[in-house]
Amino acid sequence: MAAVKGMSVRIRGHHLFYISFPKLALFCFLALLVCFTALPLIYVTTTAFKPIDELYLFPPRFFTHRPTLSNMESLFSALDSSAVPFSRYIFNSLFTSVTTVVLTVVVSCMAAYGLVKHRPRGGNFIFSMILMALMFSPHVTQIPNYMVVKSLNLIDTYWALIIPKIAVAFNIFLVKQFLEQMPETYLEAARLDGASEWQVFWKIVMPYIKPAWATLVVFSFVSNWNDYFSPLVFITKTALKTLPLAVQTIAGGPGAAALATAGAMAAATLVMTMPTIIVFTVMQGRVLSAMAHSGIKA
Amino acid sequence: MINKKVKVSGNTKMGYLFMSPFLLLFTIFTILPVGISMALSVTNYNMMEAPSFIGLTNFKLLILDDKEFLIAMKNTMIFALISGPISFIASFLMAWLINNLRKMRNVFSLAFYAPSITSGVAMGTVWMYFFSSDSYGLINTILMRFGVVSEPIKWTLDSRYILGVVIFISIWMGMGAGFLTFLAGLQGLSPDIFEAGMIDGIRNPVQELIYLTLPQMKPQLLFGAINGTVVAFGVFDIAVAVAGMPSPNYAAHTIVSHLYDYAFIRFDMGYASSIAVMLFLITFVMGKVFMKIFSTKD
Repeated sequence: MAAVKGMSVRIRGHHLFYISFPKLALFCFLALLVCFTALPLIYVTTTAFKPIDELYLFPPRFFTHRPTLSNMESLFSALDSSAVPFSRYIFNSLFTSVTTVVLTVVVSCMAAYGLVKHRPRGGNFIFSMILMALMFSPHVTQIPNYMVVKSLNLIDTYWALIIPKIAVAFNIFLVKQFLEQMPETYLEAARLDGASEWQVFWKIVMPYIKPAWATLVVFSFVSNWNDYFSPLVFITKTALKTLPLAVQTIAGGPGAAALATAGAMAAATLVMTMPTIIVFTVMQGRVLSAMAHSGIKA
Repeated sequence: MINKKVKVSGNTKMGYLFMSPFLLLFTIFTILPVGISMALSVTNYNMMEAPSFIGLTNFKLLILDDKEFLIAMKNTMIFALISGPISFIASFLMAWLINNLRKMRNVFSLAFYAPSITSGVAMGTVWMYFFSSDSYGLINTILMRFGVVSEPIKWTLDSRYILGVVIFISIWMGMGAGFLTFLAGLQGLSPDIFEAGMIDGIRNPVQELIYLTLPQMKPQLLFGAINGTVVAFGVFDIAVAVAGMPSPNYAAHTIVSHLYDYAFIRFDMGYASSIAVMLFLITFVMGKVFMKIFSTKD
């Protein structure tokens, strides 16, 4: 007797597709896990659009019945009257993150090109230093970084959030692995045509390694956008603070999730969270294929 | 061939020219700081007067006399030993499961990865809707409704629960961390070895995972493990978002909290550097251990 190994999924008697039981179990398991990972994100989204009476409802309600934009409005307007408008924090985060991303992409790609395609003497040593730097947390270097930033008079400037984070070990590592698979013939052809090394880099290398640096754009943007420690250490002026610090301030101090600001808080969190998720969603396919091709090797 | 030199033997000068911006910044903000941290760790330095050499006094104080440091060490260890392996294994299992899917792969990957690209500060506060210490908290509401508890549990105020809450949220955020690396690695595996495995008598997906997939994935596993270690031992922002700083009874005090406290609140840079050196040594030793475990040279 053959055991039943699956079921056919039907709607009104029409056979749609056949699914085996292990696959079905796998789907259910994944769906449950996705609920767990997505739940708080969905909750903050619905809360951001709850009218004030639903915010104070007891017991709390998961989904809103009457969505409203008033939390968003109060987030932007209420804080407008205070010294620093919320839009300023958004600008601060956006400006420092985007600038860091652009600079780290150019600097890392240039360095990877120099390292991989010119094979300079001492290159192996430099690469071993980069590998070593992957192995410890950036907090280790925070004190000397603070001293450098302070001696350059960069405390309370955007540059304090940008310059220390341009030369990141992981970033050059990612590009290097990818660039190693670029055939030399492309470069030689361009050189024979009389292109300078600078032109070769911009016109041949950069287009070829686009998947690698596109991935870098995503990772670098996410980590800089979310960075909490650097602005905490380098920025004391309220007007220069970035979103993580602003969100923490609106939360009314740690651990409180003060109900008085619950709506604005949810709205602020949503504004802070959306850009990274959107950037990743748009780039997802490219990121995966770049990582599969660049191959993390031993 | 005009540019023969460039191609064959490597062009050291041109290579360093391209690497120079990276090398300059990498030296100033990563390489030198490790050395400076080590040098400062054996001094007394408050940024006002020149550092004075005091030998290993800082380390003696740290290990023998500093009760808060020992609490921070214990908390960080507990945190890392629980959240690190769970995040690592969950990331891998999810990547493995999702890689076997044909439909919905992108949706599941996004949902699973999304928490890890959100901000620790923002998510720490979002989870406060769930873990709020009053009866408005979602978890307390549920527990009280079903009569499990009669009084709301003070999740973020009672030192018995704080670390657990921090670990829970970190696992939620950290599950996606190694995920992309693993998924990309799985996609890069050659199908040949699986066909060969069938002939050699591999019967089910679990055998396939243990005998074929895992050994092939060592480089990615190593990368994930090292990265996970660095992140786990750097735990800070979620702890602050959940429990504040200092947290009740230092229940969420971590090595980085201690470092931040001494470096940027008390400006005791010598002592803080000895904390940084401890952090460096721990992650470095862990990294070496993982390099042994996931070595590809057997």
